[in-house]
Amino acid sequence: MYVAVKGGERAIENAHRLLAAKRRGPTDTPEISVEQIDSQLALSVDRVMTEGSLYDRGLAALAIKQARGDLIEAIFLVRAFRTTLPRFGVSEPIDTAAMDAERRVSATFKDMPGGQVLGPTFDYTHRLLDFTLATNGEAPPSPAEADELVGGMPRVTDLLDAQSLIERETDDGAEAGDLTREPLDFPADRDLRLQALARGDEGFLLALGYSTQRGFGRTHAFTGEIRFGEIEVEFAPEELGFAVPLGRISLTECQMVTQFTGSAEQPPQFTRGYGVAFGQSERKAMSMAMVDRALRAKEFDEEAKSPAQDEEFVLTHSDNVAATGFVEHLKLPHYVDFQAELQLLRRLREEHAEREDDGMREAAE
Amino acid sequence: MTPELIEQRRDVMRICADARAGELAAALDALSPLPDASDFRTPESGLVMLRGRMGGDGRAFNFGEATVTRAAVRIDTGEVGHAYQLGRDRAKARVAAILDALVQSGKANEVVAALAPASRRIAEERALVRRQTAATRVDFFTMTRGED
Repeated sequence: MYVAVKGGERAIENAHRLLAAKRRGPTDTPEISVEQIDSQLALSVDRVMTEGSLYDRGLAALAIKQARGDLIEAIFLVRAFRTTLPRFGVSEPIDTAAMDAERRVSATFKDMPGGQVLGPTFDYTHRLLDFTLATNGEAPPSPAEADELVGGMPRVTDLLDAQSLIERETDDGAEAGDLTREPLDFPADRDLRLQALARGDEGFLLALGYSTQRGFGRTHAFTGEIRFGEIEVEFAPEELGFAVPLGRISLTECQMVTQFTGSAEQPPQFTRGYGVAFGQSERKAMSMAMVDRALRAKEFDEEAKSPAQDEEFVLTHSDNVAATGFVEHLKLPHYVDFQAELQLLRRLREEHAEREDDGMREAAE
Repeated sequence: MTPELIEQRRDVMRICADARAGELAAALDALSPLPDASDFRTPESGLVMLRGRMGGDGRAFNFGEATVTRAAVRIDTGEVGHAYQLGRDRAKARVAAILDALVQSGKANEVVAALAPASRRIAEERALVRRQTAATRVDFFTMTRGED
């Protein structure tokens, strides 16, 4: 319990003034603009949108500026802003096969329709610091161009599907749950698990995904496909009676292909895990897909005894806004609580001392 | 409403959603003189929950929201134009709603023509991205291993 404590108003006000000045930094360096954050710290913006669970680049960039680059604080700001807006409805389901892919790789198939397209990636860089960036010097070389690729890029899982070597996803038309409307209950269906994972903390999911690779709920995952690019979103407002193109968002999608399951009726086949994130957020999408698969343990009659397979453990601890709220509230005054603990401790020590005195007396007698 | 009109409206709505505010304002200028327009619904920002599918093609699930701004405008010939678009630009949504009303009033070709510079700019930018993307495609070749 924490109690309201009066008397700190001026200190708080001055602390926030100091914070504002610290945020700005020395005034002899130019102030960073929201547009600069959006375009040059784009992957931070992507993470804040994904875990803030709100696609709006400008808002995410503003939140990063206001939070001095503290991404979890920025995510908190975005979540808080979201609550001020009315909801118009729910989009049509997005068809990721229609994505204008700017990157698409598979670690399982070398040759596939549409090919392996690297796009803007850190992969295969040497991770050596580039000091030319520190001098604001040279402009980067202009990107190479080649003839546009023709033909589509079918999802890799659709290719395997044709031979029923891989678990097929089916749409039974069930209405998707929404954890922003009703609190999460356990056991949670996969739709709600995916929604929670999509907004879950990247670091937490990364660690859990990694734990499954190291043997804690092993599924032996392969990256069937990662794709990133822009895709159109449609929404059918009631008053119009047809779907309106809302514009385009950028998305990362990851299909993990994992080890076999089968039954008396069904021959063994690959199983799947799915991840999706706003912007270019590959690590997040991959981790999400691995944890999605781990959480399907019961569905496949797998022994579930590792953290990544425990849906209550995973889903109640994956939200970094909830987690930071409970951890950071420990900073607020707990004076009364602590006084009570202190009194209890004093009494225990008195009792201990009395017992010792009694013991000494008995020994002496 | 005929299916043709719905497709025309959707096409213009798509360009309006992808275009910049300045491009829409320029298109509106090019279409003047314009009929008088009044707000049927005050432009408003809100949220749309985005829905994906498990594995890309399975059951639907909610994966996160997006900011969306809507507007509805009635022009003096009676048509009510609507706009729903990503983002928080209320002025831009209102211009898009006027353009939608004009499409419904039989001026679809004029509206598309007025939006042509925006359409061209968008098409050129996307083609550039596709060419840059294509240059990063991997061309595998197999090394001769000399075993035979």
